[in-house]
Amino acid sequence: MGGLLRKTKEAAIHFGLFACALVSVLTTAGIIWVLASESIAFFQEVSLVDFLFGTRWAPLLAPRSFGVLPLIGGTCLVAVGALLVAVPIGLATAIFLSEYAPPWFRQVAKPVLEVLAGVPTIVYGFFALMFITPRVLQPLLPQTEVFNAASAAIVIGIMIVPTISSLCDDAFRAVPRALREGAYALSATKLEVSTRVVLPAALSGVVASALLALARAIGETMAVTLAAGMTPKLTINPLQSIQTMTAYIVQVSLGDTPAGSIEYQTIFAVGMTLFLITLAINLIAQRVLRRFREAYE
Amino acid sequence: MSAAPSMFRPRLGRRRTIGRVFAALCLLLTVAAMFILAALIVTVFRAGLPSLSRKFLANMPSVLTPEEAGMNSAIWGTLWLIGCTALFSVPVGVGAAVYLEEYAPNNRITRFIKLNIANLAGVPSIVYGILGLAVFVRWLRLDRSVISGALTLSLLIVPVIIIAAREALAAVPGSIRQAAYALGATRWQTVRHHVLPAALPGMMTGVILALSRSIGETAPLIMIGALTYVAFTPGGSFTEDYPQTLGGAYEWFSTALTDQFTAMPIQIYDWASRPQPEFHQLAAAGIAVLLCVLIIMNATAVAVRAFRQRKSS
Repeated sequence: MGGLLRKTKEAAIHFGLFACALVSVLTTAGIIWVLASESIAFFQEVSLVDFLFGTRWAPLLAPRSFGVLPLIGGTCLVAVGALLVAVPIGLATAIFLSEYAPPWFRQVAKPVLEVLAGVPTIVYGFFALMFITPRVLQPLLPQTEVFNAASAAIVIGIMIVPTISSLCDDAFRAVPRALREGAYALSATKLEVSTRVVLPAALSGVVASALLALARAIGETMAVTLAAGMTPKLTINPLQSIQTMTAYIVQVSLGDTPAGSIEYQTIFAVGMTLFLITLAINLIAQRVLRRFREAYE
Repeated sequence: MSAAPSMFRPRLGRRRTIGRVFAALCLLLTVAAMFILAALIVTVFRAGLPSLSRKFLANMPSVLTPEEAGMNSAIWGTLWLIGCTALFSVPVGVGAAVYLEEYAPNNRITRFIKLNIANLAGVPSIVYGILGLAVFVRWLRLDRSVISGALTLSLLIVPVIIIAAREALAAVPGSIRQAAYALGATRWQTVRHHVLPAALPGMMTGVILALSRSIGETAPLIMIGALTYVAFTPGGSFTEDYPQTLGGAYEWFSTALTDQFTAMPIQIYDWASRPQPEFHQLAAAGIAVLLCVLIIMNATAVAVRAFRQRKSS
């Protein structure tokens, strides 16, 4: 019955589904094309060396200067601060959930932790601005500015805890039981088994989770825009107002910058930098993760 | 190999004490993360409570009179945005997942597509905003419209939907496919009548979670220029009250799609970034409404998952 018709229909559906899969490739191509074409126009005006190694970022006010280092420095300050919050909490949570906690506690804790990742970042930004800075940081450290890197780093750290805890938990549970039993047989305590047997065996998973969390912290936008300020500055003092790459992109897009102007092109150059940094970190994390998966099969 | 036995001191008591301290510390940090979540929710709801009223949901945003301001246009904007985003992203995401799980040969192209999707899921959302600004707003001249926003958000969540849908498809036992093929079904018939229905609950959970993520996305919408004062809902500039004919309905729909819009996270950002405390109270109230919507969506996703687990066990 209609063999040809049926074959045509099957082929059409096959092609349609392939086209859907191709959308993702086109998205990547679009991102690279858009960022590259405007960045090339930008780098005809500003030399790559000035951009990458300049220490003053003032693209909107004369005398202009296009050194991206203050933005990268601000981003790193927030991202490293976020990791300092997230790695201890995430790792401790993962160790507790996989090695110590009774099953009922896991069942409650895991979804609650997932909620942390599901809260919109704008909410974290508001929380940092309205609670962390005035109620926690300023009473403890009076020199804290209204906008500061520390408050953004703390809330982003909380936000990426689930990224670390759930990946580390998976990595710990992938460690074969025999390794633990062996250590217990040698009269190791639970602490020693957790930190000297399970943790080293799952180290690549822990490293990969920290890298993925780092990439998320670097790309995070709204919390830093609201809480970390708008003053590009090369500093390692987290109590000062700084500006990250993402916050700069938002700042420009809020104003009325005409397409084709150099201010407009800066968001593509900064966006390209951001894209390449996060892509590199994600690729390294995936490589590390693949290695760890092969370990015990 | 001559370790003197007298050198070995087990010190078990001390080691166990340290172990207990460590366990307590781990529990403390685990609970600390949950405590901060609770503090966040309580702070926001307490700060926003004075503004939360029916008026807040029904009124338009106002720059001059914060006590009269509401988020009606933002709520409708978000509903239009999410509806259109779902319309664009779900078919494409599910289609791509079906292709990768059921059709794709294991060759270089397939591996490239899979790697590409994994990397797209890690691209910062603001980069999608830059893409949307350059392609939809400027190049295709769709302007700061509902459709620009929905297309941008769609690109953002398609990788998330693909990953969730692939997991759901992979969980369908191979024997179901074998049985369908054995009865002479074509590949599409097998997928359409057997694999998709079995994978549906898992896919729905993934889709709802992806959409709830896109509701809170602020940065891409700011990039495409959505942060403007908008005191009408999409379709609000349509002249007639209610479209009477099919043609009228189509016209109303296309007016709505090309209208300027605001959305809940955008309105919250606008209020939160103003210096006056009255606006901060409005921002907190807006966040409370946004969190309620997200809680409802997440609860639905969890309920769908629980329903599936009960059915399969």
